[in-house]
Amino acid sequence: MDQKIAIKVDDLTVAYNYKPVLWDIDLEIPEGVLMAIVGPNGAGKSTLIKSILGILKPIAGSVSIYGKPYEKQRQLVAYVPQKGSVDWDFPTTALDVVMMGTYGSLGWIKRPGQKQKKAALEALEKVGMLPFKNRQISQLSGGQQQRIFLARALVQNASIYFMDEPFQGVDATTEIAIINILKELRKAGKTVIVVHHDLQTVPEYFDWVTFLNVKKIATGPVKDIFNDDNLTKTYGINYKVSIQE
Amino acid sequence: MDILKYIELVFSDYTLRTITLGTAILGAATGMLGSFAVLRKQSLLGDAISHAALPGIALAFLITGAKDSNVLLLGALISGLIGTFWIRGIITKTHIKSDTALGLILSLFFGFGMLLLTFIQKQPNANQAGLDKYLFGQAATLVEKDVWVMALVTGICLIVLLLFWKEFKILLFDADFTKTLGFNTKTIDVLITTFIVLAIVLGLQTVGVVLMSAMLLAPAAAARQWTNSLGKMVFLAAVFGALSGVFGTAVSATQNNLSTGPVIVIIASVFVLVSFVFSPSRGLLFKQIRFIKNRRDLKLNKTLAFMYHIAKTHDNIAHPHTTKILNNFQGFTKGTLQKLVHKNYVTLDGNMWSLTKEGFNAASSLYNQQQSNE
Repeated sequence: MDQKIAIKVDDLTVAYNYKPVLWDIDLEIPEGVLMAIVGPNGAGKSTLIKSILGILKPIAGSVSIYGKPYEKQRQLVAYVPQKGSVDWDFPTTALDVVMMGTYGSLGWIKRPGQKQKKAALEALEKVGMLPFKNRQISQLSGGQQQRIFLARALVQNASIYFMDEPFQGVDATTEIAIINILKELRKAGKTVIVVHHDLQTVPEYFDWVTFLNVKKIATGPVKDIFNDDNLTKTYGINYKVSIQE
Repeated sequence: MDILKYIELVFSDYTLRTITLGTAILGAATGMLGSFAVLRKQSLLGDAISHAALPGIALAFLITGAKDSNVLLLGALISGLIGTFWIRGIITKTHIKSDTALGLILSLFFGFGMLLLTFIQKQPNANQAGLDKYLFGQAATLVEKDVWVMALVTGICLIVLLLFWKEFKILLFDADFTKTLGFNTKTIDVLITTFIVLAIVLGLQTVGVVLMSAMLLAPAAAARQWTNSLGKMVFLAAVFGALSGVFGTAVSATQNNLSTGPVIVIIASVFVLVSFVFSPSRGLLFKQIRFIKNRRDLKLNKTLAFMYHIAKTHDNIAHPHTTKILNNFQGFTKGTLQKLVHKNYVTLDGNMWSLTKEGFNAASSLYNQQQSNE
């Protein structure tokens, strides 16, 4: 299969202080996959995403998005941070947070207008949060907050989506709603990369997977590499999953 | 002095007018910028900055030998900025946590400033008296020129705030996300911090090193209680700050010339106290009222639900029962029973109660209703 490479990571090494968090990562992610990054706590999953997005500075290595450095391709990339990374008591509304997704295309100083508002309302509709658009964000449940973050990324109208644990602390209904949106994105030809914790749902949700534990253990289609061997290598214990064919 | 007379005096008396205007502008500026400090959880930064400004004042005096307030404040600005960026440096480059970094810089700079002040006081220079007023501030020393400088800086700050509103807001809410959008977060950060330092330095003459941080925090903390919109919060904080200045000056001018700075700070704290208690959505008073009301409703619903379960077992829902089977465990009191009667859910006949059709329907949809409210 001849697929375009959406994201290419070369020799990426990241260290906090002296301890390496990511060691010599090489990664090629083809366009149009819905990929899970799995690995134990402290494996560097979030760090990998943050380094690709330029939030963290790697000590070595390079990242390219469709062949060019990230700085030149920002418009193609959307990001959903971990829900816990912001203060949800911040004085603002759901609609306002979603509008923030349009700030990147607006650039400095220019204010969002009707066009941006319309896009934000559409994104809210897509995640089923339109009735809550004027809610203060602290008065939303955890699942609703996660949907707002997702809507903010949808507004960015990107080709590549990075999501840091979008299923953390959400109920089953929200999880299904979110995964359906992610699958729709893939259907539209977008590339979606998700830091994921629940190994049981990997075969059901994703078609591509990367095993990570400081080093890259394996990356490829779920049906080829999601097996006990790789899981054991990643998690260091004898891991048994039964994959229903 | 009565109020009308005082107001007349504010417009006619040059000194009083200057001071009132100065403290009002100062309060507005610090309130506005304080909102950003509070929302960034950098409340204590203001305290560190104002203390860090003291050696700058002393050094500026030692170098120029003059007591021109603008020169001294320039010194304060420089040393305040140095202190601030040292704090940031310590936090980003070492393992030391931000509260420790703040404490270190605060005490280091303040100690050095006090040392310089005592050194200056031993000098044979007749000009030296009165530098220590920067410790607690002295609004009476404000002259028209100072007020113009304040107005100018506040004006610039307002323009910058309006221009970069979107950038400030998104940085405050989600810095990492802001970075991925391509904004230089460092630039926005430096811009906010610089203006916070500027506002603090402006207030040193009036409120002083020790109490200045209250001017930054109090109006913002009060404003947060009343609104869930950032724009309204910043506006309200500016209004609270300005009012603190005006009222503070009034109290100090009419009551035996009480020191203005501390009075302004106390008035600002009154705003905070009132806001904490009386704000409709976040205030303690209404929270308590809502709590009591909820508990009362719950008791009522419990009694109604109990009656419903009994009535359900009869063909005729209005079949009368004795009140003796109701007890406190089901939330029953004479009061709740009276309320149920009042709501027309229950009819009473001596010691016998019976559920009405309305009551039966209300009870059966009790749990569904709670679900749909979620």
